[in-house]
Amino acid sequence: MTIAGNAPPRRPVYLDYQATTPADPRVVAAMLPYFFEHFGNAHSTTHPYGWLAEEAVTLAREQVADLIGAETKEIVFTSGATESNNLAIKGVADFYGSRRKHLITVATEHRCVLESCRRLEREGYALTTLPVDRQGRIDLDQLAQAITDDTLLVSVMAVNNEIGVIQPLAAIGAMCRSRGVFFHTDAAQAVGKIPLDVNAMNIDLMSLSAHKLYGPKGIGALYVRRRPRVRLAPLIDGGGQEQGLRSGTLATPLCVAMGEACRLAGHEMADNARHLKTVRDRFLAVLSVQLPDHQVNGDMVERIPGNLNISFPYIEGDRLLPALGLDSEMAHASLRIGFGRSTSVEDAEFAALYIADAVKSLRRESPLWALHQEGIVLSTIGHDI
Amino acid sequence: MTAVHTYLDYNATAPVRPPVAEAVARALALTGNPSSIHGPGRTTRRLLEDSRDAIAALTGAASDGVIFTSGATEANALALSGWQRPVILASAVEHASIAEGAVSRFVPVDRHGVIDLAVLGQMLAETEQPVLLALMLANNETGVIQPVAEAAKIAKVHGALVHCDAVQAAGRLPIDIRLLGVDSLALSAHKMGGAPGIGALVLADGQADLQALWKGGGQERKRRSGTENVPGIAGFAAVARLAAAEIARQPKLAVLRDRLESDVKRLMPTAVIFSEGANRLGNTSCIAVPGMTAQTLLMALDLAQVAVSAGSACSSGKLAPSRVVAAMGYPELAAAAIRVSFGWASQDSDVDHFLAAFAAIVVKMRGHAA
Repeated sequence: MTIAGNAPPRRPVYLDYQATTPADPRVVAAMLPYFFEHFGNAHSTTHPYGWLAEEAVTLAREQVADLIGAETKEIVFTSGATESNNLAIKGVADFYGSRRKHLITVATEHRCVLESCRRLEREGYALTTLPVDRQGRIDLDQLAQAITDDTLLVSVMAVNNEIGVIQPLAAIGAMCRSRGVFFHTDAAQAVGKIPLDVNAMNIDLMSLSAHKLYGPKGIGALYVRRRPRVRLAPLIDGGGQEQGLRSGTLATPLCVAMGEACRLAGHEMADNARHLKTVRDRFLAVLSVQLPDHQVNGDMVERIPGNLNISFPYIEGDRLLPALGLDSEMAHASLRIGFGRSTSVEDAEFAALYIADAVKSLRRESPLWALHQEGIVLSTIGHDI
Repeated sequence: MTAVHTYLDYNATAPVRPPVAEAVARALALTGNPSSIHGPGRTTRRLLEDSRDAIAALTGAASDGVIFTSGATEANALALSGWQRPVILASAVEHASIAEGAVSRFVPVDRHGVIDLAVLGQMLAETEQPVLLALMLANNETGVIQPVAEAAKIAKVHGALVHCDAVQAAGRLPIDIRLLGVDSLALSAHKMGGAPGIGALVLADGQADLQALWKGGGQERKRRSGTENVPGIAGFAAVARLAAAEIARQPKLAVLRDRLESDVKRLMPTAVIFSEGANRLGNTSCIAVPGMTAQTLLMALDLAQVAVSAGSACSSGKLAPSRVVAAMGYPELAAAAIRVSFGWASQDSDVDHFLAAFAAIVVKMRGHAA
């Protein structure tokens, strides 16, 4: 296979866009004035410094709301998706928990969702943790069976952070609404990447993060449905900001940045998706030629285009990441590859070749590969691959 | 807003200082998540840990005691719930982020707004269950400095833990968590000229058993989950490194403040300056003109392009009477109190603008009265 393009890729090639994204320069440009000339406290009601900051926050709130089909008043700014997830789950439980004591979530949720649910379980809630199929999706029949009269909340992430698989949100939402159960979705990995509509999808609570969306770290939001109204108990008391749901001085520059990041993501969603699909397909094409026996984990259709999660059989799992120059402590047999706005086709080709070379050289030293080459089926000799 | 506008509301928020802006901008240009193990992740991790050292140095704590939060409100909430004490005592003049929390009883203050240590001792002696005392270092409305070290000594005799909201003191007074004798301190970057959206809870003992406010990825030694706001943190460190110079500059701000107060009293002899005779921050003045509501005064000052506040800037909406002034025994003046606060960019001309506007208000008021 020949590799197109003359410009060498920038080194290192960053392919971890599900962990975090670089802030878009346009987002930075939008937020910077709110550090300096418009530095007011958005809660200062007695002078124009405060009013100007408040106006900027209101516009940002509209921009966030627009991206997910929500109303401005339904957006509560938080410090990030971890806080949003905790506020959604514990907030609903604390407010309604005396009436219903059953929660449903999924085994592949982000840790902050699982930890919040487990904490409530320790406090006396019943918890159902649904499994996923080999494609990483939940079974809607299983969900339907899991919902009881005592179910308060179903929390299912929109897009998985490791395998990029999209859950059937509209179907889950419709089911929850018809059964009278709140539906929360951790959409940190989905917002701005796939179309989301809280009304069409019957979503009651949605967690958002800016730094997964080319915004800065330290800001996120929780969508809280007003009609029919979802009530929450706050995690943080104080000045009563954010309609009493989240006290603390709003970080105006961060709110502005998140708003701009949402506006850009909505505006450029189709173009970005096309670009990411091109990059991803090129990566897979190069990798497939070099290394036909890799395996992509998770559904390839119901998946955001910027993510791949690939297993490489016949090598010892704990050797791949060190071979790629990464810390061995967290080494794993599969790699998560996240492409982003600034990943070029050349970056993808370079990375595919580099990873293929690393895997091949590990295989040369791998007894598992030698056994495979000799035609021995590894499962028959008790290796767990 | 025009360039001639006079900003005298530093206790609400301060404009970002230029070195902070540089640090934030540099960190925004980095890509990695500090929890990621690759090169870009490790680079942001190093920046995070260097910044932690700077906040530790600001407070005389060890770095493992520094927990970054989204701001002081979260830091205060983390302390109130994290220390897991069934009884929480707090002074009657605490910030809303303490006062609106799960406080069991409030400890009264004197006419200057200083906590009554004798009553504190009695309340501690009366309480059988384990206590957390929340006492701020400097008040946001009056600037009055609480005898935190003395209160902590009394609290320790009774086995209580002590949390100190040091938001308004940081960068204005030297802070040493060990000399104060408290178990935790809350800090906010944006009150010092850092960026909004970042603060810290600093523990005297980094190994102490503090329960997290929420769960998740286990960042900040499992005490505060969520991807760290690295640009905000880098800016916080930058402003912390400027703190010593800023503390040294405080007497100059006190000169501005004192000139403002003496001229206010000259123009309006009935004006009340709260906590005037007490040990207070040099940058803060809390003033009431009997017979004139804060709302009227603020509107007139705003027309003259002077930005000050009534009490503290909190939730949106109307001006509430000052809870602090009422707690000090002046309920009749609680709706009249305004706060003037100076900071790093304040200068003589700010005082001139305020006084010119105030003089015009006084003339108008006398005209109405005549």
